[in-house]
Amino acid sequence: MSKRFSNIAVPVVSVLLGLIAGAIIMLISGYNPINGYAALWNGAFGDTFYLGETLRQMTPYIFAGLAVAFAFRTGLFNIGVEGQLLVGWLAAVWVGVAFDLPKVIHLPLSLLAAAAAGALWGFIPGFLKARLHVHEVIVTIMMNYIALHVTNHLIRNVISDQADATEAVKETASLKSPFFESVTDYSSLHNGIYLGLIVAIIMWFILEKTTLGYELRSVGFSQHASQYAGMNVNRNIVLSMVISGAFAGLGGAMEGLGTFGNAFLHSGFSGVGFDGIAVALLGGNAAIGVVLASLLFGALKVGALNMPIESGVPNELVEIVIALIIFFVASSYMIKWLLSRFKKEEK
Amino acid sequence: MTKRKFGLTMSLVLAAGTILGACGGGKGDEEKSQGDGKKNDDQFTVAMVTDVGGVDDKSFNQSAWEGLQEFGKENDLKRGTDGFDYIQSKSDADYKTNLNTAVRNKFDLVYGIGYKLKPAIEEVAKQRKNSHFAIVDDVIKGQDNVASITFKEHEGSFLVGVAAGLTTKTNKIGFVGGTDSDLINKFAAGFQAGVKAVNPKATVKIEYAGAFDKADKGQQMASAMYGSGVDIIYHAAGATGNGVFTEAKNEKQKNPEKDIWVIGVDRDQADEGKVTVNGKEENVTLTSMVKRVDIAVKDLATKAKEGNFPGGELLEYGLEDNAVSIAPTQDNLSDEVKKAVQEWTEKIKKGEVDVPVKPEK
Repeated sequence: MSKRFSNIAVPVVSVLLGLIAGAIIMLISGYNPINGYAALWNGAFGDTFYLGETLRQMTPYIFAGLAVAFAFRTGLFNIGVEGQLLVGWLAAVWVGVAFDLPKVIHLPLSLLAAAAAGALWGFIPGFLKARLHVHEVIVTIMMNYIALHVTNHLIRNVISDQADATEAVKETASLKSPFFESVTDYSSLHNGIYLGLIVAIIMWFILEKTTLGYELRSVGFSQHASQYAGMNVNRNIVLSMVISGAFAGLGGAMEGLGTFGNAFLHSGFSGVGFDGIAVALLGGNAAIGVVLASLLFGALKVGALNMPIESGVPNELVEIVIALIIFFVASSYMIKWLLSRFKKEEK
Repeated sequence: MTKRKFGLTMSLVLAAGTILGACGGGKGDEEKSQGDGKKNDDQFTVAMVTDVGGVDDKSFNQSAWEGLQEFGKENDLKRGTDGFDYIQSKSDADYKTNLNTAVRNKFDLVYGIGYKLKPAIEEVAKQRKNSHFAIVDDVIKGQDNVASITFKEHEGSFLVGVAAGLTTKTNKIGFVGGTDSDLINKFAAGFQAGVKAVNPKATVKIEYAGAFDKADKGQQMASAMYGSGVDIIYHAAGATGNGVFTEAKNEKQKNPEKDIWVIGVDRDQADEGKVTVNGKEENVTLTSMVKRVDIAVKDLATKAKEGNFPGGELLEYGLEDNAVSIAPTQDNLSDEVKKAVQEWTEKIKKGEVDVPVKPEK
């Protein structure tokens, strides 16, 4: 069995297993799984509006997934995507609200601000890891909380006057697309989706086609071997976290400039950054895989909203089904093992 | 060999799928036939979109849903797309999607429960001019197809403040708010003013959890407050407040002699406070500030059904509508306290007291 085959087979089998396990649970609880999944499908792809919502939900997932995947390829576990996303979100909106510029400058500037803010939030754990060998998992988790509360404070006290949300970003910084609104019957799909696809290509290009990418991946395989080969491991670790953070920050800009058009007080984490871990895992940490996995997650999230009203399946059950899919994805090792059992017997 | 085995597995999976599908089929068809009989267009239908608290938050969303159920019962409607139903939101990104889902299911009136839905309703209402919307707990101006419902929470909070001020023994009283927002500050301000009006010596410690859906956070905060000598906590924090109840009950079980109270919010939360201490039924709920979202929701639905949808208007429900009040469950209040509450109710209704909407900090 080739590696490529297993890279495709494992996620597909995990999703199928998740769906089947979900169906069994629906059946045991007295709901019709076929109606349930039909409602899920209709709620995700049923008409152009829902298709638009699915793609809209997919957009931040692409960025979050790419961020996790990029760091992972360098052997770093970036749990801080959530926080990097929040600071990126705020930075994009801040620039979007504060300046009056023509669109060709304003929009890129806002995006740049988001990427820079995310990169900074990624730089800190990267730097601590490289210099002081502080484990990045711990630091990034802490940075999430710092991001959450710092952004809330800034929104409340600096950008707005004790309000719950900032003003809407200026038209010139908005990613909103009248074209998408008209073809998808006012879904909130925005131009960020293009950017997501472009960034996916950029990530593939950096990792696979440049010396930098070669070094990053090499550090991911073995730090000592890379050092022995004359690569600057510390520099690569910091760089990887910075790029990963920039991706995550852009993901926040998608929410700030596209979906919501403002930044508001968050009572907790948005969850997009954490789902990004599952997206990257399902997508095999490769650009194209992440895009496909984001589509799946976007569809599950949006489609699930329709399940209770159309098929009567309660929300809690929907969450169990989604959790099961993630469970099977995460246990891909088990599936790999099963698949390799088949292979061994062939020999 | 492998191929055969793989094929076998696949066919087993498919067979299982078919059987499972067949099992479920019967019920599905029934449901469908019911569903197909819907959409006789003269039937008035109404839906609500919850915020992230969900419909079983034992508070705000649940109260609204009770109002809708009541409305359905009175008008002989069934739950579902041909009667009344709810759609739950899991994240802030879901509001627009859910409002649109409600519009797509051709509900005649769509409620958005909670101020967090304001931007979403504003936008969706502009796009769907033929649908009627209502927002609870916030005001949307200048849109003819949106009605706004708000409450005078400060008035109700004042009354429970009076009860707390007269009941406290330590003269330390706590307030756990969801977020530091204008809405929650109405609760805090009224409560604080009520306490001060009857017991100037008492202090009210005002804290915010920063979330309406984090029971664990509520529990932590309550634990710290009770630990510092506070004996009554008033919470205005949705599902976060459930943690306050949990902590109060734990405390009561550990230390049955101590007087530990919680004041509930939005609904009569007497049920949340039930606890068995040494085989004896106790209740830590002192009383509750009832915000009758259900009365308001039902009232507006009835108006809309009769063709009097108050589009573009603000409906403010207060003490005189019985839409905010002290809960009917007052077993833990002494007669004296009840009398005082009654007196202050009259004073507020007559306009003799000006209840503030911003707390002193």
